Amino acid sequence: MAAIDMKNIVKKYGDGFPAVNDVSIDVADGEFMILVGPSGCGKSTLLRMIVGLEDITEGEMVIGDKVVNDLAPRDRNLAMVFQNYALYPHLTVFENIAFPLRLAGVSDDEVDRLVREASKTLELDEHLDRKPGNLSGGQRQRVAMGRAIVRDADAFLFDEPLSNLDAKLRGQMRTEISRLQKRLGITTVYVTHDQTEAMTLGDRVAVLKRGVLQQLATPRELYVNPGNLFVAGFIGSPPMNFLPATVEGRTVKLPFGEVQIPEEHARKAEGKGLLIAGIRPEHFEDASVKQDTSEGSTFRATVDVVEWLGNEAYAYIPFEAGSEVRDQLAELERDLEGESMRSQLVVSLDGASRVAEGDEAEIWVDTSKIHLFDPATGENLTVDLEHAGRIPANDDPEALAEAERRADEGEAERAQAQGA
Amino acid sequence: MQGRTGVGIWAGFAAIMVWCLLPVVWIIMLSFKSVDETSAGSPQFFPQDFTLANYGDILSDSDFTNALINSFGISLIATVLSVIFATFTAYAIARLEFRGKKLVLSIALAIAMFPVVALVGPLFDMWRTFGLFNTWPGLIIPYMSFTLPLAIWTLSAFFREIPWEMEQAAQVDGATSWQAFRKVIVPLAAPGVFTAAILTFFFAWNEFVLAISLTTTVDGGATSTGARTVPAQMSFFVGPDPFNPPYSQLATASVVVTIPIIVIVLLFQRKIVAGLTSGAVKG
Repeated sequence: MAAIDMKNIVKKYGDGFPAVNDVSIDVADGEFMILVGPSGCGKSTLLRMIVGLEDITEGEMVIGDKVVNDLAPRDRNLAMVFQNYALYPHLTVFENIAFPLRLAGVSDDEVDRLVREASKTLELDEHLDRKPGNLSGGQRQRVAMGRAIVRDADAFLFDEPLSNLDAKLRGQMRTEISRLQKRLGITTVYVTHDQTEAMTLGDRVAVLKRGVLQQLATPRELYVNPGNLFVAGFIGSPPMNFLPATVEGRTVKLPFGEVQIPEEHARKAEGKGLLIAGIRPEHFEDASVKQDTSEGSTFRATVDVVEWLGNEAYAYIPFEAGSEVRDQLAELERDLEGESMRSQLVVSLDGASRVAEGDEAEIWVDTSKIHLFDPATGENLTVDLEHAGRIPANDDPEALAEAERRADEGEAERAQAQGA
Repeated sequence: MQGRTGVGIWAGFAAIMVWCLLPVVWIIMLSFKSVDETSAGSPQFFPQDFTLANYGDILSDSDFTNALINSFGISLIATVLSVIFATFTAYAIARLEFRGKKLVLSIALAIAMFPVVALVGPLFDMWRTFGLFNTWPGLIIPYMSFTLPLAIWTLSAFFREIPWEMEQAAQVDGATSWQAFRKVIVPLAAPGVFTAAILTFFFAWNEFVLAISLTTTVDGGATSTGARTVPAQMSFFVGPDPFNPPYSQLATASVVVTIPIIVIVLLFQRKIVAGLTSGAVKG
C-alpha cells in the first residue's frame, strides 16, 4: 500500500498534442481518488502514466517514496482493471486470476489458496474452470477485479470499469467496488466520465478538462462549492442552471426578475458588471407547496414542460439569455459535451406540486445558494474557499493560465493538422 | 420440396466427389496392382491380383526412403524456421511503428510473386560456388524465402486482431515484454501460427522445380540420393522394364507421400478453425 503523488505531470504526444498539462494530484494512502471529466480530458492518459503504459513527458510520479517515472509497469506493483477487462481468453478463470502470481513465481499451493480466496470474495467459485468467453459481462468484470486483488499490489487503478455494463449491473458493481475498497483499504485511482460514480465512490474527486486540473475536492465540496463554471456544470444532474445576472447592492437582476442575495456574496460580486448566476434545480421550489418562503425570493414564470417523476417534478422555463453571455454558455456547453437547444431553466419541484404545463407558477428560489461566476474567466466569485478543496486557479493563476494556453495551442495545431 | 432439394444437393455432392477423388482412387488402385498388370496394355480399374508388393518394394528401396527422410527433414526445418522468423517479423509489423514498415511488407509480397523458375539458374551457380549445392540448407534457404512472405502476411493479420490491452494487462500483471509475448500473444495467435506452418510445410513438401535442379544423385563420385526430396526422386524411378515407366511404383510412392499431409491436416484443422480470441474483451 502506498500513496501516489503526481507532481506537475505533463504529457505530450508525438505530434505535440498536450494531453495532460501540469497536473498535480496527491492520492493519500488508502484513499479512493476519482479522475473525472468529459472524453478527451486526459483522465485515462493520467491513469496510464501512473501504471506506466504511457511515458511521462515532464513532472514527477512518486508511488510510496519511489520516483517511478522510468520504471516499467511490472516494476511498479500496481493492479489495473481495464475498460474492456483484457482477460486472457486462452486461460481459465482460475488461471486468469492466477496469472500475476505465476509470473511472480509463487508456489502452486500458495497460488491455489490466494486464487480461491479472491474468487470467494468475488463469488466466482463456480466459474473457476470456465473460459472468459463463456462468462457474462458482470462475471468478466469480476474476473478482471479478481486478477487485481489476488496480488498484494500497492494500489488499484480502474479505467472506466463499469462503462460496458448495463445500468442495473453498473449500480451493483459500483457498490461492490466501494465495499471491496473499504475492506481492503487499498489506495485506488478510478477513472470515469460518469458523475454518479464519481460522487458515490470517491473520497476525493479530481475534475479535469482538456488535460488541466479544475478542482480537487470531496464530492460534497465539489457540489456545494464548485470552483468554476465548468465544475459547476459538470457535477450535478440535472445540471446547474446558468443565467445572465447583474448585481447592484444586494439585488441580483435575473432574466425572470430580481432577487436578494446575502450581503457577503453581493460584496464579492460588486462592480463586476455582467455575471453568470448558477442555481441548482433543487434550489427552486413551487412557492405554493413551500411553507416558509421568507428565506429566499419568489418570482412568477410560465412553465413550458413538466416532467413528473413521483417523488419530484422537473419544470422547464424558457428565457432569453442575451447575447453577452450566450457565447460563454455555448462554449461551456461544448466543454461539457452537451447540446444546448435553447436557454431554459430546469427547476426541480416537490412531487406534491400541482404546477402543470402552460401554467404561470410562482417559483421560490433559495438565494443563499446562488453562485455568481465571472463570465470572462469562469471563476466562481462566491466560492467558499475553506470548503472547496483545492482549486489550482486560486493557488497559482499564472501556472493555470499557462497550462490552458498550451491546451489551446495543442487543440489549434491538431485542428490544423486534421484540416490539412 | 425439401426432399427434392436434398436429392439435388446429394447428387451435386456426389458429382464433385467423383470429379475430385476419382484420380486419387485410381492412384490407390494402381498401387495395389503388380507390375505385370500395369504394363499389360490397359489395366482394369480394380486390381486383378490384390498385392502389397509395391509397398514392400518401395519401402525397402533405399533411394526412396532416403528421399523421404530428406523431404521430412528439409520441410520440417524450413517450416519451423520460417514460422519462427515470420512470428517475430509479423509481431514487429503489427505492433511497432517504424520507418520502412510498408516497404518491408511490399518487398515481402514481391518476393512471394517472383516466379521460382527464374531463380533456378542463378541459384544453381551460387549454390555450387558456396558449396550448398545438393545439401539440406541449399533447399531450406530458398523454401524459407518463398514461404516467409505468406507467413508474415498471415501472422501480422492475426496479431493485429489481438487487442493491445492484452499485452498491457500482462505487463501490469508483472510480465516482461517477452513473457507477455510468449504467454499471451503467441497462444492467442496460435491459429495463425498453425495456418502459416501448414502452408509452409505443404510448399516445401510438394516443391519440385528447386528440388530437382539444386540436387543431384552423383555426390563426389558415389551414387546416392544426396539432398533430393521425394517429388524429385520419383521422376528418376526406374522399374524392372527400362522401356516402360513403373506405373504401380510411382502410384505407390504418391500414396506414401500423401499420407503425412493428410495426417497433418487432420491433426491441425481444429486448431486452425478454433477462434481463440473470443471472450478476451467485452463482446
